[in-house]
Amino acid sequence: MKLPASLRVTLTACMVLGLVVLYVPLILIVLNSFNSSRTFGFPPPGLTLDWWQKAASSSGALSALGTSVVAGLCAMVIALVLGTMAAFAVQRFEFFGRSTISFLVVLPITLPGIVTGIALNATFVQVLGPFGVALGLATVIIGHATFCIVIVYNNVQARLRRMGTSLEEASADLGANGWQTFWRVTFPGVRGALVAGAVLAFALSFDEIVVTTFTAGPAIQTLPLWIFSNLFRPNQAPVVNVVAAVLAVVAVVPVWLAQRFSGDSTTSRV
Amino acid sequence: MRPGARLALLLSVPLLWLVVMYLGSIAVMLVSAFWTVNDFTGAVEQTFTFDNIRRLVTEPLFATVALRTILVALGVTVIDAVFAIPMALFMSKVASPRLRLGLLVAVTTPLWASYLVKAYAWRTLVAPNGPIAFITGGNTPGYGLAATVITLAYLWLPYMIIPIYAGFDRVSDSLVEASFDLGASAWRTIRSVALPLVFPAIAAGSIFTFSLTLGDYIAVGIVGGKTQLLANVIYGQLVTANNQPFAAALSLIPLAAIVLYLFAMRRTGALEKV
Repeated sequence: MKLPASLRVTLTACMVLGLVVLYVPLILIVLNSFNSSRTFGFPPPGLTLDWWQKAASSSGALSALGTSVVAGLCAMVIALVLGTMAAFAVQRFEFFGRSTISFLVVLPITLPGIVTGIALNATFVQVLGPFGVALGLATVIIGHATFCIVIVYNNVQARLRRMGTSLEEASADLGANGWQTFWRVTFPGVRGALVAGAVLAFALSFDEIVVTTFTAGPAIQTLPLWIFSNLFRPNQAPVVNVVAAVLAVVAVVPVWLAQRFSGDSTTSRV
Repeated sequence: MRPGARLALLLSVPLLWLVVMYLGSIAVMLVSAFWTVNDFTGAVEQTFTFDNIRRLVTEPLFATVALRTILVALGVTVIDAVFAIPMALFMSKVASPRLRLGLLVAVTTPLWASYLVKAYAWRTLVAPNGPIAFITGGNTPGYGLAATVITLAYLWLPYMIIPIYAGFDRVSDSLVEASFDLGASAWRTIRSVALPLVFPAIAAGSIFTFSLTLGDYIAVGIVGGKTQLLANVIYGQLVTANNQPFAAALSLIPLAAIVLYLFAMRRTGALEKV
């Protein structure tokens, strides 16, 4: 569209500045992982690959990674089932209180993380504790699943809305029963959204730390918890730097996968 | 199966989870704010008392921290809006469709880079021997309130860009062109035509920047030095002081703040898009 040249230049400058601000810290993290000095200083005195080797054999980081993967996969499956069910209910049925469902689904990420964390902690420890519930991996998964539902829900709901109902109606008119229509028409249509939602739900769980702190208990250490507990230990710093660099770089994976499978570009968390 | 039964089946499990599990937990938190802790054993006693609320209101420390936290949340929101508006405007009205898609990916990708890593990056950036000090010759905000605001604004910036971009995308080009044709300056067009139309989108983004700031105790722990925000104090009460009921009572402050904020934002129409 036609805009005055001065405005175009200003906006372009703002965009470039914004991208620089967004990416410089990430680049710095990657650079820092090759820093040959144990203590941080800028510019780094030299570059080395030693820390990468050390990180690859850091048992603490690797076991935390394992915990995070298990928690992320379980939370993802729960969120996938619940989010898809809610999305179908809202998009394919008319009923009283439909907008309330959307509000309920989005609430866990709208409320401050500390509120969700304290609320779940109070329930697990004070109410369910006497019944034998203890903070552990299961409670982490329950907490993560709760705020991951919205991502699956948003993706599937957007896709269902775009698809409309005419294909499903055509399938029914041609004599297919409910299951046939679902498996042959509806499911292939939403498959991409399901994959995108699942990937993003996993990524959200993988990164979460606030709610995790309050639901994990002492024996469970996810990768973010491991990083946080090692962040201020000087002799662990080089390994933390490498883990941080890896995490900064793998951020492109969920975005790339979600873009590829969804096409709705709903890669935002909101 | 009848449609009614199918709908009931589809809704039952998600509703059970969100209402019983989640809203139920919030209710437990609300109730536990009125419980107390035994001074000798440290065990939570489930007897009703207003002591926590009284302490919350009478000890000035909590009012100070609450006020500081809300000001930080508002400051972060304003900084993010100032950065996000021109970026979103560029993406929707200046960039070609191809570039636009690339930029959309470019501004969302940092969201998925680990939160801790980004906060940690700012710890190194503002460090006394870090890059900012290196470039400016020793002028760095250091660890404290300023670094906390900068880091939080950095962390949540994409949450603000994306809804505003979507908002500008819905503003018809012809409205903007008409404004220029009628002789308005660029600034006037942005202020009087574009911004009012995207205000609900800004409000939608601000819900996230505001709420995420209220609930954060990690970033302030990493770059904040001795700065205390509400979430740190709550964390300290639960973990260090082992006083779950008082932590729950303190959590009422961010809960009330976000509920009030949501009510205020609902009037702008922002909630329809969240």
